[in-house]
Amino acid sequence: MRIHRRTLLALALATGLTAPAMAVAQAEDIKIGVLATFEGAFTVLGEDGERGALTALDEVGGMAAGNKIVVVRGSSDASPDSAIRAARKLVEQDGVKILVGPLSGDEGIAVKDYAKTQPGVTFINGSSAAQDTTLRDPAENFFRFSTDGAQWMAGLGTYAYNEKGYKNVAVVAEDYSFPYTQVFGFMAEFCKAGGKVPSKSWVPIGNKDYSSVIAAIPDDVDAVYVALGGADAVNFLTQFQQSGGEAPLIGGSITVDQTVLTSKGRLRDVLIGTPAAGPTADTNDTPEWNAFVEAYKKQEGAFPSPSLFAHAYYIGMKAALLALEETGGKLDDDGANFRKVLSSLSFETPTGKVSLDKNRNAIADIYLTEVTEGPDGNLLNKLIKVVPQVNQTLGIDEAEFLALGAVSRENPSCP
Amino acid sequence: MSIADAPKTPPGSAPGSPGTGITRRQVWGLFWLVLAALFIWLVFADWPDWVKNILLSKKAFLSACLNGLTLAGLYFLVASGFTLVFGLMRNVNLAHGSLYLLGAYIGYEIADRTGYWLLGVLGAFLILSVVGLLMQVVVFRRLEGDDLRQTLVTIGISIIAADLMLAVWTGGTYQILIPDWLAGAIKLPIVTAVRSNGSIVLLSYPFFRLVVLALAIVIGIGLWLMLNKTRVGMMIRAGVDDREMLSASGTNVHLIFAVVFAIGAGLAGLAGVIGGSALSVAPGEDVRYLLASLVVVIVGGMGSITGAAIGALIIGLAEQIGLVYFPTYGVVLTFVIMVVTLAIRPQGIMGKSQ
Repeated sequence: MRIHRRTLLALALATGLTAPAMAVAQAEDIKIGVLATFEGAFTVLGEDGERGALTALDEVGGMAAGNKIVVVRGSSDASPDSAIRAARKLVEQDGVKILVGPLSGDEGIAVKDYAKTQPGVTFINGSSAAQDTTLRDPAENFFRFSTDGAQWMAGLGTYAYNEKGYKNVAVVAEDYSFPYTQVFGFMAEFCKAGGKVPSKSWVPIGNKDYSSVIAAIPDDVDAVYVALGGADAVNFLTQFQQSGGEAPLIGGSITVDQTVLTSKGRLRDVLIGTPAAGPTADTNDTPEWNAFVEAYKKQEGAFPSPSLFAHAYYIGMKAALLALEETGGKLDDDGANFRKVLSSLSFETPTGKVSLDKNRNAIADIYLTEVTEGPDGNLLNKLIKVVPQVNQTLGIDEAEFLALGAVSRENPSCP
Repeated sequence: MSIADAPKTPPGSAPGSPGTGITRRQVWGLFWLVLAALFIWLVFADWPDWVKNILLSKKAFLSACLNGLTLAGLYFLVASGFTLVFGLMRNVNLAHGSLYLLGAYIGYEIADRTGYWLLGVLGAFLILSVVGLLMQVVVFRRLEGDDLRQTLVTIGISIIAADLMLAVWTGGTYQILIPDWLAGAIKLPIVTAVRSNGSIVLLSYPFFRLVVLALAIVIGIGLWLMLNKTRVGMMIRAGVDDREMLSASGTNVHLIFAVVFAIGAGLAGLAGVIGGSALSVAPGEDVRYLLASLVVVIVGGMGSITGAAIGALIIGLAEQIGLVYFPTYGVVLTFVIMVVTLAIRPQGIMGKSQ
């Protein structure tokens, strides 16, 4: 009898909890899933991604073509299977027709494959930046307005070789598709300019103790190229400083991002002066960027300047909202018309014009930066140069670019 | 006591029996001696090229070994509390990782506000001891003897604690700043290379790492002394062997349980501050250290401090050497060791078979 009453109570509670959620989603509302890493080593990154998406939503007052937009969150931990689980939950349980995400490279490839099994749902990339998400075997309904990791490196390899004078560079990067893509983008230019990369260390994502990796870096390199993100980057940089590392650093896009620059500790000594490249620059002074920073800062817990995750999710969400506005918020044809509008979308963002190529991958401006100390003592990425309208093949002819092979631990190589 | 303990002297001259000139024990002794000699040679000799081809550079190899040792020290600090609690209470405390993370955050707050790192270490130890005490008195005592429920409750606590800590300290990465007298690198009297002009290059190593190792050794010896030389230790060991009999002989078992739980939780908190200073503090650490403690304790043997030390040493070294020499599969190595241990010696290296 007692168990019976308990079951009833549990049932009543469960219904009580779900009922308000059902009441909110009415026929007129459009549900957009936001998939980001709200757990694990990339939590900070995911939280900032969400801030970016919400910034885009707040700009239009949470409405598109007269319909209220309801955001449904999906959480992953940067592993592909967790991203698939979250995407399935959003699509199959919550019934979203538009999904913005995921955040990390391997997740992007996994969600792209999942997208093929859900032709009626439109997937708009968050900030995942592995090359093969769109370059090889793309999905018809997967769009990336945020460019990929190799594009983000545009200009850096040449700058490191010519301006900084680094001839020999060691690479330390996480062992998955996004850092492969970043290293590819960096080395494509650096090796072409004449530079050598004698040693590459691929470390597992979420590694804590880098001192052995640091010790294995050859003593005779001019600089160390670091493509690590979030907590991994903080750990590496702290231990690099602790072990008395003297070689200057070159940063991957997310290594010197606000998510790392704002963390507490003795990082700044090793970080100041580090060149990097990426889709954003903190000291960008255009009115569009400044307006975006102001809008972003209204979000709860915002960084002094939006990270590239906030930027990427903002762009993705913005594209979805613009296309929804144009189609009048109609998704009843399984989103076919919506996707048609998306494909031909070309719009001004806080970081210049963005349009898509035939694989639905963005062509956009890339920013070459250097870490400096800001007026309040915080660290900022100072804008050095803008590389205009970088496409996915980095300006190389497509057939020739594909012949370079898929990015991997071994490719490219110039020891 | 039984036939199994009697010396094995089968008829004839099977290998290992006396009479063949060399015993099995001597073979092992010789093996360890050769291994030790090889290691000493690797540390002090100037490496010829063929060794460099296999082991990268001397600096990389020695640093990996030293890092393995210091990481082992950290793992030992976390796992020793875990193994004590398990040995005594037969209770797998799956919230042990949460205690580690909470200790790290509390240590960060105290060190950040007062400016004294040592105060952070001490505070985390004391506060986490109290937390452990409360967990034992409020939760585990009520569920005594019900292993499944205890395990499920600890999983529940760890999930709730992880989300609460995420709410308070957000998802950011924290670094507990160590005082200046502990920071920086020191030169060890080991030559890693000779420059062309004849000057020698010494191995430099972060001083704080060596402090972590020393601390782990001191705490390990302290625990061993407490367990083997004091009255409380005697009671704890008696409790590990036969809880009912200890209780029947008039000892207040609950008090012993509470003390052990407090020490275990306090050590986890202390390890949190040490780990948060040497590495960093971020959400997800709780699971990582819980997993590390589980593997260490499974390899070393449940309920044994010596076992925890040996297990930590093996896992720490395997992790670091794996990271340098085969990073992609390094993660697997830890679990291969665990699987092999389970297959050959299911009770762990120092565990008692039951």
